[in-house]
Amino acid sequence: MALLQIAEPGMSTAPHQHRLAVGIDLGTTNSLVATVRNGVPVVLLDEQGRALLPSVVRYAADGKIEVGQTAQAVQARDARNTIVSVKRFMGRGLRDVAHVETMPYDFVASDGMVRLRTVQGVKSPVEISAEILKVLKSRAEASLGGEMAGVVITVPAYFDDAQRQATKDAATLAGLNVYRLLNEPTAAAIAYGLDNAAEGVYAVYDLGGGTFDFSILRLSRGVFEVLATSGDAQLGGDDFDQRVYCWMLDHARISLPSLEDSRRMLAKAREIKESLTYRDEANMLLQLTNRDRIDLMLTREELAGMTRHLVAKTMQPVKKALRDASLKREDVKGVVMVGGATRMPHVQHAVAEFFGMEPLNNLDPDKVVALGAAIQANVLAGNRKTDEDWLLLDVIPLSLGLETMGGLVERVIPRNSTIPAARAQEFTTYKDGQTAMSFHVVQGERELVSDCRSLARFELRGIPPMVAGAARIRVTFQVDADGLLAVSAREQSSGVEAKIEVKPSYGLGQDEIARMLRDGFDHASDDLQARALSEQRVEAGRLIDATEVALAADGDLLSDAERAAVDATVSRLRDLAQGADHCAIKAGVEELNRATTEFAARRMDKSVRQALAGRSVDSLKV
Amino acid sequence: MSKPRFEDFFELFGLPRAFRIDDGVLAARYRELAAQVHPDRFAHLGEADRRAAVSYASDVNEAYRTLGSTLARAQYLLHLAGQDAALESNTAMDTSFLMEQMEWREAVSEARAAQDVDELDHLRLRLHDRMDLGLDQLGDEIDDQRDYAAAADSVRRLMFLDKLGREIDAALEQLDT
Ligand SMILES: Nc1ncnc2c1ncn2[C@@H]1O[C@H](COP(=O)(O)OP(=O)(O)OP(=O)(O)O)[C@@H](O)[C@H]1O
Ligand SMILES: [Mg+2]
Repeated sequence: MALLQIAEPGMSTAPHQHRLAVGIDLGTTNSLVATVRNGVPVVLLDEQGRALLPSVVRYAADGKIEVGQTAQAVQARDARNTIVSVKRFMGRGLRDVAHVETMPYDFVASDGMVRLRTVQGVKSPVEISAEILKVLKSRAEASLGGEMAGVVITVPAYFDDAQRQATKDAATLAGLNVYRLLNEPTAAAIAYGLDNAAEGVYAVYDLGGGTFDFSILRLSRGVFEVLATSGDAQLGGDDFDQRVYCWMLDHARISLPSLEDSRRMLAKAREIKESLTYRDEANMLLQLTNRDRIDLMLTREELAGMTRHLVAKTMQPVKKALRDASLKREDVKGVVMVGGATRMPHVQHAVAEFFGMEPLNNLDPDKVVALGAAIQANVLAGNRKTDEDWLLLDVIPLSLGLETMGGLVERVIPRNSTIPAARAQEFTTYKDGQTAMSFHVVQGERELVSDCRSLARFELRGIPPMVAGAARIRVTFQVDADGLLAVSAREQSSGVEAKIEVKPSYGLGQDEIARMLRDGFDHASDDLQARALSEQRVEAGRLIDATEVALAADGDLLSDAERAAVDATVSRLRDLAQGADHCAIKAGVEELNRATTEFAARRMDKSVRQALAGRSVDSLKV
Repeated sequence: MSKPRFEDFFELFGLPRAFRIDDGVLAARYRELAAQVHPDRFAHLGEADRRAAVSYASDVNEAYRTLGSTLARAQYLLHLAGQDAALESNTAMDTSFLMEQMEWREAVSEARAAQDVDELDHLRLRLHDRMDLGLDQLGDEIDDQRDYAAAADSVRRLMFLDKLGREIDAALEQLDT
């Protein structure tokens, strides 16, 4: 692919510093970590040489936490404390999760996100996912030999705000600096597109263990532009297993299997499903704990028959995305297949039939997402060479809006808007002397609030009393490049302001996360101090470097007095970073961030004007 | 938060303030600008830079969305000219257009009731042809005649047709499931 040129050749990107960055595919079934090494994306292996880490976490009675293969090996024996497919619970309430009745967990009744009672206490999906991330983090640090500067974590494109926030919180708990949440199909498109120098309109069909995503992208001259995305956050290989499991119950005439048996049957169902990808028929033999025996034969055709409706279900998002992108199926040049479940022949056939061409299977469907994430992480770390530049334009999957009178939704940012996106809407008071106004933020496509997902409620107070309709309340939605929403409201005439980070109704509070972080260091509070200090020092160092590079390039944008103020703040932070007070360093970092806000905006202006004048810009390439 | 210091979206993209613009130039300028300000370029920098990028890139995206859609572009031009098309003007919609609206509505609801996908697809195409006509006229009104009141009227008609288009899409979507 011809690459986007944004700097004159020969211009260096000094100061040259290679930052360690990785991409993590935090999957429902399997997780992976990858990095770019000598310009080549590679998946990092564990000590036994394995790439895939099963996304299974076991809380053992002796206080140990096992993750991956070891946990998977005992899942049937200790089903209640061994959590599989935790991704299905991220940012979800109990009511939202399919098949809870067949799950072996001890769910805690609560309003917010699902919680599980284990032998080590009540755990949220965020904490459980953090355990998986911690293992991948240490794998990466062991193999890269150093502290990681930042990570890119992939999420299903169809994840909503609550699910994305939960993923980011898990990373925070695991002590990771998240450069970006990246949509899984987009990551796959990057890996595929760069590898094959693809140009034109491509689609990514990603059927994993628990989620289905379908995205359409235009790849042209170094730009990856997502045109539309759609999917089903609760549809994946797990559902195929569930179908086979029900078939087993039926045919073996088992009505109420024990927890352990039920887990073993599900594992068997998955094994049979996978083997039917390569064979026409498979025998399933299973000895249950109550001495019952299952001895059944399943053919590939039967499997296809009993899961046909699931495959058909994936075609709805496919059609929707095409319509949203105003494209016909013939316009799609190739369909990249991602996710283990796309190995099933009847899934391949369905896609081939719909698009009238063979889908593209030349990348390992298990690894392509992690590889794409690694490539993106390398770019975000600032490690790319200028002649390897490309630009990624992604979208939000679901519309964002506000509740209005009568329980209706007023759409503020429609689905498939390119991110980051900001949009404001004005409202007014409807009563004389009204001093407060409440807002209900929702996500979804339906007209009625009750059919959408509630994200957050907040209130703007202290509006000066005026006659009805006189106040001008401007509500601003800001979606960042992670697809996360922040909402603020401001009364225009008085300047009264209310700001909220959208902490979703199904999320964790900041203080809850802080508590979990502390709990993680229960036994060694010195560790916590040491970690905080080292994190703040790294942050301070990073910021000072970046500021100095910026000053060297664009110092002329500041007056002498402004320059002196920034310089003073820098040297104050430098002094603080010598000390051992992590809170003081943090305050110093914040102060420098504030002190350079205007400078950053002016530099941005300058770069835009230069781009318009047709000149390339090297000043931003710090 | 500091905002871009540009007069309007046209200036941001270095384009003349007009309804008829070169789509190719618009897309190319967008790519250049997006490449400069996208948060991906600032991810490893400090918060001030990251925030500035999010804010600036949001504006560039909004500008592109506005200028990239004919109807939004027309509305924006009218807004710049001080003529807000969203507000009902005193010139009531003429009866012929009201008749036309009724006919469209009837056709769509019949096709929807009959679950006739082909008919809905056909209506969708016809609707787009009808909108293209309206857009041509809008170009004359804004760029040549500078008759903003007439243009506002045309915009309101097109908004009706656009909304109808979305209803057809929604109906088609429902029939998919
Ligand atoms: N040979 C195969 N035949 C059929 N299914 C398979 C095969 N290999 C793997 N799968 C299925 O693929 C699924 C796992 O795919 P993958 O590892 O891509 O998912 P994931 O990334 O963990 O999940 P998600 O992307 O939904 O979060 C499982 O349901 C697994 O049974
Ligand atoms: Mg996956």
